[in-house]
Amino acid sequence: MKLARRRSLRQGLRFIAACLLTVMFLFPIYWLFMISFKTADEIFAYPPVWWPESIQFGNYLVLFKDGDAATVGNSLIVAGVSTIIAMVLGTICAYSLARYKTGGEHLANWIISQRMVPPIAVVFPIFLLYVWFGWVDTYFGLILLYTAFNLPYVIWMMRGYILDIPIALEQAALVDGYTRWQVLWKVVFPMCRAGLFATAIFTFVFAWNDFIFALVLTRTEVATYTVQVTHYFGGQSGFWAKISAMSVLGTLPIFIVVAFMQKYLVRGISLGAVKG
Amino acid sequence: MSAASTLLKPKLSDKSFKYQLIAPSIFVLLLIGVFPLVYLLVVSFQGITMLNNEPSFEGFKNYSALFADTRMWEALGHTLLFTVIALPLELILGLLMAQLFIDKLPGRQIFVALLVLPVVIAPVVSGATWSLMFDNRYGPINQIIGWFTGEEATLLWTINPDLVYPAILAAEIWQWTPFMFLLLLAALSAVDKSQLEAASIDGAGYWRTFFRIVLPAIWPVMAVAILIRGLDLFRLFDVVWAITRGGPGTMTETISIFTYVKGFQQFETSYTAAVALIIIILLSVVVILALRRVGLSR
Repeated sequence: MKLARRRSLRQGLRFIAACLLTVMFLFPIYWLFMISFKTADEIFAYPPVWWPESIQFGNYLVLFKDGDAATVGNSLIVAGVSTIIAMVLGTICAYSLARYKTGGEHLANWIISQRMVPPIAVVFPIFLLYVWFGWVDTYFGLILLYTAFNLPYVIWMMRGYILDIPIALEQAALVDGYTRWQVLWKVVFPMCRAGLFATAIFTFVFAWNDFIFALVLTRTEVATYTVQVTHYFGGQSGFWAKISAMSVLGTLPIFIVVAFMQKYLVRGISLGAVKG
Repeated sequence: MSAASTLLKPKLSDKSFKYQLIAPSIFVLLLIGVFPLVYLLVVSFQGITMLNNEPSFEGFKNYSALFADTRMWEALGHTLLFTVIALPLELILGLLMAQLFIDKLPGRQIFVALLVLPVVIAPVVSGATWSLMFDNRYGPINQIIGWFTGEEATLLWTINPDLVYPAILAAEIWQWTPFMFLLLLAALSAVDKSQLEAASIDGAGYWRTFFRIVLPAIWPVMAVAILIRGLDLFRLFDVVWAITRGGPGTMTETISIFTYVKGFQQFETSYTAAVALIIIILLSVVVILALRRVGLSR
């Protein structure tokens, strides 16, 4: 009896602690979202207002009217196209690494180490190169760089997912007269489609959330939403509404997507080291 | 050699298959990974600046200037300072959070799903959010502090030299503690329960059990988490850019911001090339050594 009561008390305390913790971690997100629904008067009220009088979408309308919201479209194009290319190139490369041990551990390690170098050091020479070729502020330039930057991630993750599937089916298909490419398309890809999907999502998020590459390589034409957010910094105070509304436009899609990815989140962010 | 690998071992006619598969990826990686290295090497021995466009051989001038550049060393120092404070705090807080959620709890999955949201926000957006929160007049943080102290708080979080580090670290730790939490929660869930029971029957205390059984079991995951976050912290840019832009002065300038300012605001092309090259080489060595120790591959 006593033990059971102590246990339920402990359980209750843990629940309260969990609630407090969650509130603390969500508060900044709440604050960001809420500012975007405030009027200018409410944003610059003293003391700060924690709950706006009414939810209004004026701050978003301004972004769409001024065309600033188009930067979200740029993010979508650049992150989307680079994800597709990186997934196609990366997955077939991963298959070679997983099944034929091409290049051995050294190649695999070299590939993943490519991802860990600080982006600023990589983007500097790329910028000089792009100036030469006239690729600065073009979709092509940004897509090429995101593809290259995300390839190591795709290769590394997909190598893990392919190693997870039994080899017997591929053998059976070969015996049945499939060509090696057919084995890849008709057996391997369908077998690891969950992994493909999860990896594609994370690849997309990395490109979508990138700031430094876009900061260096875009001007106005293909500026992404992260760059647009920083354009409002240090401007007039009226820009607070824009900072928050723009941030929400870029963040909300990610939240929605990730909500469906819970199962793969641990593996996705730990570079495959933790299966979760 | 297993039957599997014999069967999939390429026949003579198929020998090129495995290379066909990797060729496009390797091409892109070499284009973006190796070409820049060569280019940096060439430019770093020249004397190109905003005013001087003539490629002339200057020898090791940029490299010797680099070692005498106190601003560069300070930037390196700031980066390390951020890392040595943020990394242990994220690790310990993440571990404590994981302990809280390891046993059954009503709504556990929902809690976890909500707690990891900061991880997927763009770091620059996270920085922007915190700079709004830290505003001395219209931000909620000074307001909350005011509730506790009983008088109006007017702390200048993004300007006062004593407060900029806590402000940036708060944003950084808020965003990445859930990363540690998520990984460590997965690791703790995988600890062998029967060993824990055996230890408790033997009368081992909490700490003894933790250091003898739990820590060794979760260490491989911890090491990966530390490696990933450590490398991320070394390239710290977005959050600092959003909150202070490296200021006041150069007080919070990280090595990434330093490189950006030199290359894209002061246009010291050759000098920046030398900095970038050194960063790439240094990091590559660190990464390769770390990968050998940490079991990221299998």
